[in-house]
Amino acid sequence: MLEVKSLEKSYEKDKPALTDISFDIKPGTFVAIIGPSGAGKTTILRSLNQLIKDDGGQILLDGHDIRTANKTELRKYRRQIGMVFQNYNLVERLTVIENVLHGRLGYKSTLAGVFGRYTQAEKEEAMSLLKKVGLENFALQRCSELSGGQKQRVGIARSLIQHPKVILCDEPIASLDPASAQNVMELLKDLTEEYNLICIANLHQINMAKKYADQIIGIRKGHLVFDENADMLSEDILKTLYDQDITKELE
Amino acid sequence: MTDSESVLQQPKTPKSPEIKLHEKSLSRTMIIVVFASLVLITGYTLTHLDTAGVQINVAIKELMTTMNQMFLQPNAGTDGLPLLLQALGSSVILSILTTIIGAVFGFLFAVLASKNLTNAYLGASIRVIMAVVRAIPTIIWALIFSIVCGLGTTAAILGLSFHSVAYLTKAYSESIEGIDESTIESLKVTGAKFWVIVFQAIWPTIVASFVSWTFIRLEINFANAIAVGAAAGAGGIGYQLFVASGMSFDFHETGFIVYMVVLVTFVLEFIAVKIRRFYLSR
Amino acid sequence: MQSPVKYLSRKGWHQTAIIAIIGGIYVFGSWILNFDNLNGLLAIPKAFAWLGVNFRPNANTMEYLPRILQKLIQTVLLAIASTVVAAIISIFVALLGSKVTGINGFVQTIVRGIASFFRNIPLVAWSMILLFSFKQSDFTGFLALLLMSIGYLIRAFMEIIEDEASETMLALKATGASYFQVIFQAVLPQILPSILSWILYMIENNVRDATLVGILTGTGIGFIFDIYYKSFRFDAAGMTVLAIIFVVIALEIISNQIRKVIL
Repeated sequence: MLEVKSLEKSYEKDKPALTDISFDIKPGTFVAIIGPSGAGKTTILRSLNQLIKDDGGQILLDGHDIRTANKTELRKYRRQIGMVFQNYNLVERLTVIENVLHGRLGYKSTLAGVFGRYTQAEKEEAMSLLKKVGLENFALQRCSELSGGQKQRVGIARSLIQHPKVILCDEPIASLDPASAQNVMELLKDLTEEYNLICIANLHQINMAKKYADQIIGIRKGHLVFDENADMLSEDILKTLYDQDITKELE
Repeated sequence: MTDSESVLQQPKTPKSPEIKLHEKSLSRTMIIVVFASLVLITGYTLTHLDTAGVQINVAIKELMTTMNQMFLQPNAGTDGLPLLLQALGSSVILSILTTIIGAVFGFLFAVLASKNLTNAYLGASIRVIMAVVRAIPTIIWALIFSIVCGLGTTAAILGLSFHSVAYLTKAYSESIEGIDESTIESLKVTGAKFWVIVFQAIWPTIVASFVSWTFIRLEINFANAIAVGAAAGAGGIGYQLFVASGMSFDFHETGFIVYMVVLVTFVLEFIAVKIRRFYLSR
Repeated sequence: MQSPVKYLSRKGWHQTAIIAIIGGIYVFGSWILNFDNLNGLLAIPKAFAWLGVNFRPNANTMEYLPRILQKLIQTVLLAIASTVVAAIISIFVALLGSKVTGINGFVQTIVRGIASFFRNIPLVAWSMILLFSFKQSDFTGFLALLLMSIGYLIRAFMEIIEDEASETMLALKATGASYFQVIFQAVLPQILPSILSWILYMIENNVRDATLVGILTGTGIGFIFDIYYKSFRFDAAGMTVLAIIFVVIALEIISNQIRKVIL
């Protein structure tokens, strides 16, 4: 269970980027965060694993507040929270399997991690995860040789090997062609059910959100304006989310 | 990288076959080989280095005294500020002048040398000539010209210009070769003349990188102007620096000159950043 | 909004003004420096004619060859050693000072300051003050090249880290990996090829700079060229220049081949 309570963040004084954001997510739920550019979607996502330090509120993962954790505790929380990026953020020069195994670093001693020593069990798990995302034949390829959709699936495998409770997806399909995008979304959806995950994705594409998400959170100018089941998303709400913004800008 | 390989050498358990993390690849091997040989060469060189019997700790102590005099107690020395400023000014002008020459001729040669513009033979021969010119250090160019022109500014200008032209030809032609083929084609089909294409399509496309490279060269030329002044007796602040540090051993003055030079390089860098930003924003 | 016609005419005016200013600077500069453009231009063919006659190595020159080659090899070795040592120091400093992997803003500012300081102090100044303390020896030449290279490589490495490693750094941080794990597993593997490419470039550059340092500090190929040049043994000086050309171009070709494989 992930509970966010009254999250606040401002990058500049008196210009809040997030105001009083609260929502709950149950395991096994695929959540889409939608809203116009600059509304604060990325800020929410990145404060959930504290890549961005927020200013106030609570982020409870199974009842423990991530925000008050010290450095060591934070590392332990972070390894329970996988992250998938728009630009995949892989080490392009390393092989697919090496990138997947990077997800294990949070569990290793500093020295073992520094020298990249992984156990046989970890390697086997990496292989089975690659099979799951359909890349078992690519394990020894360099990531730079893969297509965008394949890279994103490596990114997903990397987050799965963390044995996460939560996966955060920051615009996971924004750089992909429509077919690969469908593919990745389906994969994320299936994994959410299979592993009983909390999967939270920032999305630009409303049709994708409607099609795949169980729960949709709408953000506008740093405020939460919608948090319901996906089928509750109506035209009116979309207008509040997007249109008024556009009319304002035209003035 | 090497460490993950040593993992592979662990004894294999009979049941589950070892899972490889990467295959042998040429690029991996090449990186390791190059790094290893560089380190070996360095090790050999450092252990066979001729130190002329100088005791390192004494020398370092002496160096610290010198540095202290230079950086903490600088003064204009016997030459005085006006003379030094004049020398500095002539070095700056020297570097600007040679950069202008380098930019003009460099651009012309770059156009003629770029693979996407001219016929292969002309381009290749210009590239080879420029590579040879570039391989000869500026200081040697200056010394060569000083035989014909006598020691002094003319030799320095010619020496610096030669290297600048060769350097900028390479830099500009790489920018030109990066241009999208279609830009050039679209003008070719309109029947535009060669130099019209150059100034209407190529020039506007590369102007930002042209400006970038030119200012990088200006900074290099300023450093070279000092070097040529010192080692080829071509005058300017480099000569004053050489006299102060190598003949009159006045390290207070050396420090003063170094500060002046560093200040100029900061100003050049600042101007370069501003102008680059201006051209990139357009 | 300005009309297109106005824009074009302003642009034309703008270009004319820039050309006029640059031309003006050129003329003014020539006047200040007493640079006679015509005679300067005429000196070029004269210089080459002179080179053709005097710098041409002849049969006797061959006896200088072993000594030239020995000094040349020594110079290349010094260039490599100074670059490699500089690179080892620089990579640590760059990791401390880059915006991506750095410790904090204060350290970053200090590192930037140091790099820029080392880079901008003229090579002449380094050579001369080192010569004063360390006397005429290879070690002096090594130190001068080392200090100069450090300034360049710190800046280059910091830019490489900031350009190439920031995204992967973020991803591994999000998995809960510790600082050193991220450095060794993500940052270093990612930047290694670019680092190597810069090291190769710096070696080429140091071979050229070693000539200057050599003339000033009496070491390596620069020293031997200076001796031949000053004692009017121009055939030997010409041979030395040919040797330098050969080595620099050979290094350039080798580096480019290596780059092709690794990048």
